[in-house]
Amino acid sequence: MPDAPGLELIAQELNGAAEGSVLGTYHEHGQGCLIVNPERILDVLGWLRDTPGQEYRFLSSLHGVDYLPAEPRFGVVYELLNMPRVERLRVRAALADPGGEELPELDSCVSLFAGAEFHEREVYDFFGILFRGHPDMRRILMPEEYVGWPQRRDFPIGGEPVIFTRNEPEMPRWYE
Amino acid sequence: MSAETHRSAPAHGGDILGETGEEVIGTSPLERTAAGDVLEPQQELLTINMGPHHPATHGVLRLLVSLEGEVVRDLKPIVGYVHTGIEKNCEDKSYWKVIPFVERMDYLSYFFNMEAFVGCVEQLLELEIPPRASYLRVLHMELNRIHSHLVWLGTSALDLGAMSMFFYCFRDRDRILDLFEMSTGQRMHTRYFQVGGVFEDIPVGFARNVKAFCAEMPTRLDQYEAILNRNEIFLERTRNVGVVSRERLLDLGVTGPLLRAAGEPWDLRKAAPTHCYGDFDFNIPVGTVGDGYDRYRVRVQEMRESVRIIEQAIDGLPEGPWIADDRKIVLPPRDELSTSMEALIHHFKLVTEGFRVPPGEAYYAVESPRGELGCFVVADGSAKPARVHIRDPSFVNLQCLRDQCLDGYIADLIQNLAMLDPILGGIDR
Repeated sequence: MPDAPGLELIAQELNGAAEGSVLGTYHEHGQGCLIVNPERILDVLGWLRDTPGQEYRFLSSLHGVDYLPAEPRFGVVYELLNMPRVERLRVRAALADPGGEELPELDSCVSLFAGAEFHEREVYDFFGILFRGHPDMRRILMPEEYVGWPQRRDFPIGGEPVIFTRNEPEMPRWYE
Repeated sequence: MSAETHRSAPAHGGDILGETGEEVIGTSPLERTAAGDVLEPQQELLTINMGPHHPATHGVLRLLVSLEGEVVRDLKPIVGYVHTGIEKNCEDKSYWKVIPFVERMDYLSYFFNMEAFVGCVEQLLELEIPPRASYLRVLHMELNRIHSHLVWLGTSALDLGAMSMFFYCFRDRDRILDLFEMSTGQRMHTRYFQVGGVFEDIPVGFARNVKAFCAEMPTRLDQYEAILNRNEIFLERTRNVGVVSRERLLDLGVTGPLLRAAGEPWDLRKAAPTHCYGDFDFNIPVGTVGDGYDRYRVRVQEMRESVRIIEQAIDGLPEGPWIADDRKIVLPPRDELSTSMEALIHHFKLVTEGFRVPPGEAYYAVESPRGELGCFVVADGSAKPARVHIRDPSFVNLQCLRDQCLDGYIADLIQNLAMLDPILGGIDR
């Protein structure tokens, strides 16, 4: 893990290489995170992957987070790993909610990390974040005809009645 | 006649379509150009569903396979059939009630799921666990690794036609489940790990049973290897089948025995040891070619190494408490409840509301039997997590199935899937 000054150094170098890409950093529980501009996400990930001395070449994981009520609302979190140095670095693209029916969009990093394909589909499935340039942007775990983005914080839990034999007569034509 | 020609086709890698001459095409008339050259018969792609209910998919996995004759030309895994919304449910439960939920994701490595979540919460709380708890966790996780690999070995060998392996492996797996029952009260989904340590100390006689198991297990593994290692059918089915280069695997994010079989010695137990893994002497087996056979050998060898770790852990088990002494997080001991008002209040608060975790986010990864099992928790300061995400190794590893199977026989697809060892409960969550 880069320590707190090391993280600031990376942030500075990144801002030099890609103007205005890093919006902020935090370092807690021994883990560092760069909060970046979602428009520059590919520049940031590409720089971290290919610059000598950084070489975070392995994408461990990718999470979607809904920070409601904070602004910007969404976060797409990349867990990068440098295997030889055993260093992890977290990158969070801070995405604002465009509001209404419109979905937030972000560049897909499948071109940089081929393994991100399933992860990005999962984030799309649960948070409704569109990844531009993804080869197969469909739902992955929910049924394809499902409506709504179930992992968003404002999505209700337990909304669907469960049909048993005893309460089936009370809900006529439930199957429609 | 045609069957004979098929059998003589090269076993691996070769272009079998070139081998299928007019005899195989049989009665269909050959088309010729004006000059009299034989035109290649147009091979039709046949797209079929394999699964979701198929005995060889190790769960409810659907594969959309495009076949040209018997050769796989394209493959797409379709998952989600056992999605139960565990992650969403976790957001509605206090931290200590999440533990039984996450256990049920990857249902063969429940101790690892617990460890990933509990370890992540401990990181958020900056809570140290006592050494005895750390040893007990490692002990149970390594037993779990053997258990998981035994289920894999039995079912995979069954896929390749070795029926008896299944019974042998499940016999030994049952001994591990008996051990779990003895120490935790449950055979599967034990909810043994708590935030701060483990739920209970091990009972009298447990150490003796574990030692007896450890003494016997290497002999058993020798027997299994005697059955499979030089078995002609097994070798033919696994060697040089499903090879994916190490670079491609790293690119796809594949971890665990699949990556190690391809020659990359990456194991989180060695690379970034959590708990007391640093105290033990063990090796990381790696393969050379990265075919199905290497994957098999790596996993069997891992079981031996796990036995070594368990032996060392049970011998070096430190005395002392098995759970941290932090009354704001850990339930007070039962006997204090009847004498201490304060303990009663703590107990009441912990059971009704649960403990609060300061705002923050953390990622914590453990080396599960299938690779890097990571847990990402976002805490918002309340008693419930704002987001729990599990990076399940099966979910990521499944992406390399296409690379393994492309341009191979459909029969090898079964073998590749078996050696991939996906757990659909973990993939779909």
